[in-house]
Amino acid sequence: MNFFEDIEVGQRRELGSFTFTAEAIKKFAAQFDPQRFHLDEEEGRKSLFGGLAASGWHVGSACMKLLVADGQRRAKEAAARGETVAVWGPSPGFRELRWIKPVLAGDTISFASVVEQVRTSDSRPQWGIVQARNTGTNQRGELVFSLLATAFVPRRGAGP
Amino acid sequence: MTTLTFEDFPPGRFGSFGPRHVTREEILAFATEFDPQPMHLDEEAAKQSLLGGLSASGWHLCSIMMRMMVDGFIGHAASLGSPGVNEVRWLAPLRPGDDLMLDVDVTEARPSRSRPETGIVMFRCTVRNAAGLALCEMVSPIMVGRRASAGAGQGG
Repeated sequence: MNFFEDIEVGQRRELGSFTFTAEAIKKFAAQFDPQRFHLDEEEGRKSLFGGLAASGWHVGSACMKLLVADGQRRAKEAAARGETVAVWGPSPGFRELRWIKPVLAGDTISFASVVEQVRTSDSRPQWGIVQARNTGTNQRGELVFSLLATAFVPRRGAGP
Repeated sequence: MTTLTFEDFPPGRFGSFGPRHVTREEILAFATEFDPQPMHLDEEAAKQSLLGGLSASGWHLCSIMMRMMVDGFIGHAASLGSPGVNEVRWLAPLRPGDDLMLDVDVTEARPSRSRPETGIVMFRCTVRNAAGLALCEMVSPIMVGRRASAGAGQGG
């Protein structure tokens, strides 16, 4: 993982893709979002979504899964180069989450992350604050998901 | 059970729902699948983190909040889904064994311009632990069918 000083506005990372099977959509929905259009194909077809649709929280969680995998891959690469690995802090939250189009059974969503803003923290001088726009695009090239995430990123040499 | 429609969500306090008990096992299961960071998976690593102990993924907390909303009112409302979330703030860690309560307020309710048979209800939801500490706050609109059309295509 990078330190604050390594991060610049405009940097983009491809995070990989996630396929939403009908089985996975129903399993997540049964546990966390049991609305009929997330549980049943016919109900999905009758709804505004036009098919069995993944819960928006399932889409967000899949994005998180790929973000974590990407971070762990980068940390491993940095460690292999003998570099100090930056340990990011917990996120205080996010804004502007948009479920732009439904994610339907069988869709494969490719996620990416673009840095939009970097600033230092007044209250915590050892941390920087990074805002990134995380997006999901389906197999037809349509933007389906977007959110502005915030993370605390350690500054180089600031110590724990 | 009567289906709740747009007209049932005037601005103001809508209600409080819960409690919902959260186990260590479900925190680990969600984190393993969607957010395998040490602070969500490993007690010792979590103690060293800024969160000071094992805590649930923020996405798990949001997903539990969604389930509490569905059980509390969306499951018997003419819900048509949501276009997004204005803001989520993760304020304090969700710990194993916490009993969660959900406070729901309606901050705005207006008919949809593009779909006059539906309305848009803006919710502010706050999840608290048993000590009353706010763990998460969310502001999100949900599209809800209006009474005159609630019978059409909703199926109850």
